[in-house]
Amino acid sequence: MKAATVTADERERGDVAVTGIGRLTPTRRFLASLRAGAPVYVLLAVLLVALGVEDPTFFEPDPFFAFLKRSAPLIVLAAGQYLVIVSGGYDLSVGALVTVGVVVTAETYHAFPGAHWTVVVALLVAGGAFVGLVNGLVTTVLRVPSFIATLGMTLILEGAVFYWTQGSPRGILPDDFRTIGRNTAFGPVPWAVVLCLVIGVVAVVLMRSDFGRTLIATGDNARAAGLAGVRVLRVRTLAFVLSGAAAAVAAILVGGFSGVSAQAGRGYEFEAITAVVLGGVALGGGSGSVVAAMAGALSLQTLFTLLNLRGVAKAMETTVQGVIVIAAVALGALDWAGTRRRLTAYVSPLVRHLPLPSRNPRGEQR
Amino acid sequence: MNAQTLAPRTALGRLVLPSRLADPTTVVYLALAGVTLLGWIVVTARGGEFLSLDNTVGILQNSVVLGLVAVGQTVVVLTGSLDLSVAYLISIATLVAAETMDGADGNILPAIAAVLAFSVAVGLANGIVVTKFKVNAFIATLGVGFILRGWIEDNYSGPTGKVPESFQRLGYDRVGPIPVSAFLLLLVGVAVWFVLRRTRLGYHMYAVGGDEQTARLSGVRTHRVVIAAHVLCAVCAGLAGLFLASRLGAGSPWAGTEARYDLTSIAAVVLGGTLLAGGRGGVAGTIGGVLMLSVLDSVFNQLGVDPFFQNVVRGVVIIVAVALYARRAGNREVVA
Repeated sequence: MKAATVTADERERGDVAVTGIGRLTPTRRFLASLRAGAPVYVLLAVLLVALGVEDPTFFEPDPFFAFLKRSAPLIVLAAGQYLVIVSGGYDLSVGALVTVGVVVTAETYHAFPGAHWTVVVALLVAGGAFVGLVNGLVTTVLRVPSFIATLGMTLILEGAVFYWTQGSPRGILPDDFRTIGRNTAFGPVPWAVVLCLVIGVVAVVLMRSDFGRTLIATGDNARAAGLAGVRVLRVRTLAFVLSGAAAAVAAILVGGFSGVSAQAGRGYEFEAITAVVLGGVALGGGSGSVVAAMAGALSLQTLFTLLNLRGVAKAMETTVQGVIVIAAVALGALDWAGTRRRLTAYVSPLVRHLPLPSRNPRGEQR
Repeated sequence: MNAQTLAPRTALGRLVLPSRLADPTTVVYLALAGVTLLGWIVVTARGGEFLSLDNTVGILQNSVVLGLVAVGQTVVVLTGSLDLSVAYLISIATLVAAETMDGADGNILPAIAAVLAFSVAVGLANGIVVTKFKVNAFIATLGVGFILRGWIEDNYSGPTGKVPESFQRLGYDRVGPIPVSAFLLLLVGVAVWFVLRRTRLGYHMYAVGGDEQTARLSGVRTHRVVIAAHVLCAVCAGLAGLFLASRLGAGSPWAGTEARYDLTSIAAVVLGGTLLAGGRGGVAGTIGGVLMLSVLDSVFNQLGVDPFFQNVVRGVVIIVAVALYARRAGNREVVA
């Protein structure tokens, strides 16, 4: 490979662009990935500063970590939703899945009061992954558009859980199960924050792996990815499985801090999709970073908190939220289109992944 | 020229169906007939009466609101967009209608005008945000929906206004055995069908939904077409709100959201054989899809099935139907 010995000059001219960020120093790679979601970090910073001005005590450990704990479920959901969106789909079933997770857990403890929390958590995550598997197979094998497949799944899950409980779930969640969503791990740091960090790291590693690169390639152009040897069906299905598992984790967090309710997950699907889009991830797939999507979730939650603090009437909150979401996405579409296009070309994952015929910068004939 | 007949033939050697049968709309109505027959058998076996006049009229009556919204939704979906704000728009339409009428006959026309004007404004807003601000339709219409929702929740906490007796006749009167509202749905359906199949705007909508880039390169002013589609959809939602107001006798802040008309209307459109990605399908199929959902509801009500369980079956039916359509469509690429 000639690319290993390129000169700075060639790099300037973009001759080695095909090798992508894999060749960059870690620092530059980090900067490039930050730049990919730049607007959302600016938005998040502005909102956090506004929050700090509004309530000077906000950045003291206790209120700040309480805020992060509240944000945790949406951040986890955004990470899962990102995987589906970047591969070119939607997952509208996560809200219903959170509700089902919380209610099923309560009913499980009602039937088996002595169940160990690890068993319950494992069952929940496996159940979430199974629902995701069904979503994925319906989308890929039966070729139902994911919007409809996951919408149908929402009807099925919500209908089933209400039919089963008649709208009033029984049972309570024991303290050991609620620890993850409610208590602190060490010092003031809650378990929820630790869990978010772990999921964030796992997601980043996942997106750097072959799976992540083929996932983005699939979202960019499923046909091209398929022709290049990507197992499109498998990759897409796996994205849904991971999104389902993430929804189960979110259910554990929600159940932990707010207890049992048949409304537990209502509206989370739209919030998660909004968060991912705020993070600069294109609906339709093919571009965007998972960290930016999680930052989008945090921004959305910051926005909610800020509106609360400013004493905006509860009802007007949704109006302001609508305006800000449209404005943020519109700004993203206007100002950053050029930047994002250049960056996408620069780090185009499919190109990077393919064994390319080695380029010949000096133009020698062979 | 019918858009379906333009569909590429599948590979050689595959049995080519007669063109009538290959038409998705025909399939939708065959499925509707099948569901009705099945329902009739099951209900009759249980000793009930299914195809009685009362029940059939009830099915028609129950299809009107969803039918009106779904006909409008068909237009945006065909154009390659979608509208998630319709549920809140319906609620506002009932509130505006009932408050403007305020029980007086003389206020009916101004109220209708106010609702339609408001709907056009919301449709314009949706269309402009989608085209000029380049915001994805999902987020744009969700955002506009949030704006409307905040306005509703800030100003209303329960039913308000009063619809005069004369306007309630729209919801309850019958011509012979057929409810007046069924004619309203028929009228709106035919009007939208005419726009889609017999006007330049309609052809442009199919073109934009099929491939926006190609349409623009062919000289179609795509932005105007998308905005027009959103306005048409919003007007249909406004009409649905007017009809609901006449049924309820007052404006209700939950009129549109309770039945989830946003997602249900999209499901009905797709159930009617229209491609979610746009460019293929039509109003006739959508009405078939709406009737199918109403027939299912009626069968379950007659059998006394738990309403929550009905949702489970609805979900399964929607997924299975769309999977069958996708299978029939052959090997063509289907969007995730």
